[in-house]
Amino acid sequence: MKDLVHNQRFRNGASWFVLVLILIGLVSGTFQTTKKVEYIWRWEKIPRYILFLEKGKVVAKDDAVVTALDKKVGMTTVVVSNSRGEQQYYMIPEDLVSLSVNDQIRSGQVLAQWQRWKSGLLLKGLILTLEISVLSILLGIVIGLFTGLARLSKSPAPKWLAIGYIELIRGTPLLVQIYIFYFFVGQVFRLSSFTAGVLALSVFAGAYIAEIIRAGIQSIHKGQMEAARSLGMNYPQAMQYIILPQAFKRILPPLAGQFISLIKDSSLVGVIALVELTRAGREIGTSTFNYFEVFFTVAALYLILTFSLSMMVQYLERRFAASD
Amino acid sequence: MIDIKGVYKTFYSRHKVEALVDVSLQVEKGEVVVICGPSGSGKSTLLRCLNHLETIDRGDIVIDTIHLTDSRTNINKVRAEVGMVFQSFNLFAHMTVLENVSIAQIKVRKRSRSESEKIAIQLLQKVGIPEKAKSYPSQLSGGQQQRVAIARALAMQPKIMLFDEPTSALDPEMIGEVLDVMKTLAREGMTMCCVTHEMGFAREVADRIVFMDEGRIVEIGTPEELFNDPKEDRTRAFLAQIL
Repeated sequence: MKDLVHNQRFRNGASWFVLVLILIGLVSGTFQTTKKVEYIWRWEKIPRYILFLEKGKVVAKDDAVVTALDKKVGMTTVVVSNSRGEQQYYMIPEDLVSLSVNDQIRSGQVLAQWQRWKSGLLLKGLILTLEISVLSILLGIVIGLFTGLARLSKSPAPKWLAIGYIELIRGTPLLVQIYIFYFFVGQVFRLSSFTAGVLALSVFAGAYIAEIIRAGIQSIHKGQMEAARSLGMNYPQAMQYIILPQAFKRILPPLAGQFISLIKDSSLVGVIALVELTRAGREIGTSTFNYFEVFFTVAALYLILTFSLSMMVQYLERRFAASD
Repeated sequence: MIDIKGVYKTFYSRHKVEALVDVSLQVEKGEVVVICGPSGSGKSTLLRCLNHLETIDRGDIVIDTIHLTDSRTNINKVRAEVGMVFQSFNLFAHMTVLENVSIAQIKVRKRSRSESEKIAIQLLQKVGIPEKAKSYPSQLSGGQQQRVAIARALAMQPKIMLFDEPTSALDPEMIGEVLDVMKTLAREGMTMCCVTHEMGFAREVADRIVFMDEGRIVEIGTPEELFNDPKEDRTRAFLAQIL
């Protein structure tokens, strides 16, 4: 018995060792390959595209009088007139403007000085990806729920509309759907590219979620519905209080997979002028040529989003497991 | 209380199955009727027609002066007055016992949660498991689950209770506890229709026994008549097999 346990431990230990070896092999292999193409890694260029410290100092060139303050979003243009009557302009962040009209400024005076963290293109892209994904997931759940219920309906109109919608969406590429939503639907209804992108993604996800929800509802024993109806509940009540809560618990894992797919698929809306994470990476790549570092970073950022989602779903699964 | 007149029901699955053929039966208020017969004789179908879980092809069913076949009938109102207990319990798996017994009171009877839970606790005491109120169905034995199912049906204060083979899915040692609850109900004057193979129960509490075979009612009689002196050969053959 003791021997067996010892044996098992030894084998586990060996397996861990092999795992570490493989990982080291992979990393050094990647390193060697990039050496072969004589790539010069410049990881130090990446952080500034996530967060960077903006340093600014505005110094007056001449003695002058402030004639106007032109407030725009974020920045204020201070218009001054010097002794020769010439107009000069200074751009100052709006919250740092301490001047008012008719103030005198002297040559060499520091009008504003600042040092602040600003989000870089990658962080902005990450936030946009997050916004698009969250909105599309929420809208996709609503579309999927109603389509799934319609798909199960006994009357032909909702049933066949649902089947038609699901087949249409599943049978065409998402990229094409995004173009249609941007160029056709977007033109007709005058949608912004953000709205068009979110709509395309949620309509796409809705079709898949509908099938997941349908399967979930059908997996609930029909005795549950009969028991609910025999107590006098109507169909919507039975669905809302009895069937859907049980189905939801069961479809959580495939639903999570669908949400993760959606986050990744959101990279396609880059084609309609939305600078989400992937598009941001491409833009940085074209200006710096550090494609390797940029896209490794982009991949890692996607991984942060999808992994947090997985964790959230696992937490939900554990909570729902109470009645098992 | 229940008036079944010339009811026909045919299933078309792979084969054409005539589940009910010209079935007529009256059940008085406070009466306990046990329906028995071999499997596939249509007894469960008949019971399910009584609260419209199955629709009938022909004939009429009147529950407490309401015609089930009338398209203006609000079937949910009728169902609220007719409690049903299933062979497979069908407790709501995601809810505690207490929630199982109170949910329909809250959503259908529109009672407050506190009132519903009070009634639920009383009924759980009646069926003998108040200590399981916070448990989930999966944590209960079959007999306990079926008693909760009875409490859940009773919570609606129904005028009629239907039992569809309530003990068939139970281990033998748990059958007694469920039958005891049913006997108490019968003695309290509940109108009951029970599909069951428990002939001891039938002999003890049934006012009448209905014997069905191949979708037809073969014979109706008091327990003494049916057990001691069955008139039909098929009844005799069936009773000889199960007694």
